[in-house]
Amino acid sequence: MKEKIRIGCGAGFSGDRFEPALILTEQGDLDYLVLECLAERTIALAQKRKLQDPNSGYDIFLERRIESLLPLLVHHKTRLITNMGAANPIAGAEKIKSIAKKLGLKIRVAVVLGDDVIHQLTGEELSIEGNKFLHTYGTRVSANAYMGIEAILPALSSGADIILTGRVADPSLFLAPMVYEFGWSTEDWDLLGKGTVLGHLMECAGQLTGGYFADPVTKPVPDLHLLGHPLVEVSRDGSGLIQKISGTGGLISVQTAKEQLLYEVTHPRNYLTPDVVADFSTVRFEEKGENQLQVNGGTGKCKPESLKVSVGYQSGWMGEGEISYAGSHAVERAKWAGEIIQQRIGDQFEEFKIDLIGLNSMHGGDLAANTTPYEVRLRVAGKSPTKEIAQRIGEEVEALYTNGPAGGGGARKYLHEVLGVVSILMNRNQIQPALKLIDA
Amino acid sequence: MKKKLAHLAHSRAGDKGNTLILSLFPFEEADYPLLVEKVTAERVKQHLSHQLKGEVFRYLIPELHALMFTCENALSGGVTTSIALDAHGKSLSYAILELTV
Repeated sequence: MKEKIRIGCGAGFSGDRFEPALILTEQGDLDYLVLECLAERTIALAQKRKLQDPNSGYDIFLERRIESLLPLLVHHKTRLITNMGAANPIAGAEKIKSIAKKLGLKIRVAVVLGDDVIHQLTGEELSIEGNKFLHTYGTRVSANAYMGIEAILPALSSGADIILTGRVADPSLFLAPMVYEFGWSTEDWDLLGKGTVLGHLMECAGQLTGGYFADPVTKPVPDLHLLGHPLVEVSRDGSGLIQKISGTGGLISVQTAKEQLLYEVTHPRNYLTPDVVADFSTVRFEEKGENQLQVNGGTGKCKPESLKVSVGYQSGWMGEGEISYAGSHAVERAKWAGEIIQQRIGDQFEEFKIDLIGLNSMHGGDLAANTTPYEVRLRVAGKSPTKEIAQRIGEEVEALYTNGPAGGGGARKYLHEVLGVVSILMNRNQIQPALKLIDA
Repeated sequence: MKKKLAHLAHSRAGDKGNTLILSLFPFEEADYPLLVEKVTAERVKQHLSHQLKGEVFRYLIPELHALMFTCENALSGGVTTSIALDAHGKSLSYAILELTV
């Protein structure tokens, strides 16, 4: 059994950059590469594609990422763990198989199934967010349980080169190989807590190495344009040494790690995953050298009885229009233009919002008081149950060219379908993880 | 003399549904007690009253010299259905840093 394993995180969201994963695999001496590509709504969007075409519904960048990565993964004997299966992991695995064949590579893909629970729902379930019955929301398009390591471990035992999942909790993508390689008990809450700390730090990739952190005045980060993604060398005792490939840009420091440790954490002493309830308050960071950070501590308590299920539902259409004004009275003209749109169509919308980009679109309220930008961009956004009404916003904003205040330029219009996501809790006994092997 | 938090501390914003999470860390550990004293949950709620429509809970993690604010009903419904430009609320870390202490 290994005393240490090396895990890299090459992507922290579906649209992440491609190069860092290639560099990590080529130079990281990795045992595992993780690509975390599922945000809250991603599966709902993927499910909609699957309804259109039963062979789609996996991550839209799966093909491009795998084509470039696969030869490197095979050459360096690095196993890939990724949730790029999204709403259709089997179709994703078939796609990987066809890529492997084309490249002349022999690989095994393990597909982790069981997260899709839409057929188990009745509509009588209560949402966590609003404490309302699911049937009071729009038409449901997806329901996926956050599964944990118990779903991934059999895939690791199968000897697969690629483990492709749908929805699993992000830190579990990292915790599973630790449990597998070190033979940790799945009820050793302390070790699972420590491993979850490392997984949580790693899961957003570049956010640990200076991305979403950098500020040229107070938090400079070297060579941000070449930002490298992190890897962690995990020891059997659950501690880890976080680092990145030399020559890549970015920064790993106590500061970058602290920001990521508390990112999206609602309670630092009770971080719920399917595997454990982790306590982040006892984590210790120590800089060991340039871009080398030792992580110790973190603890855990018994895993929860229920799993979170994300439910995607149709929530109408959103229309947007933008147009810019500059120079003298730019703010006054943009405000007036917004009022005109409000008067022309505002009463047709349940939700309607007028922003002045450059002045108050991000924080609003008093924070922008007494500032006068040279130029400002009017943004009008609204939501409607129908596409036809939603798209009127963009049309009306564009019409301001000839029907509004002086000097409006650069009009743009946008329209997209809105998929909402709410969560429910489901007893974990109702969720049955399953495994399918596909050999190429 | 009063100073903007941006000169003393750094922050990161995260979202979970309609809940906004703001962390806050002093650049110098010696400033931690000052932040604990001045940047209360009430103060944050008042400062961001335009945005925060629910309760604000503050967590202190002295070992990490960290403060954390969990703000409920803060993101116009949350990223998936909000019509706000910054539906995640990612830029709000720099809104808390506008506070003066």
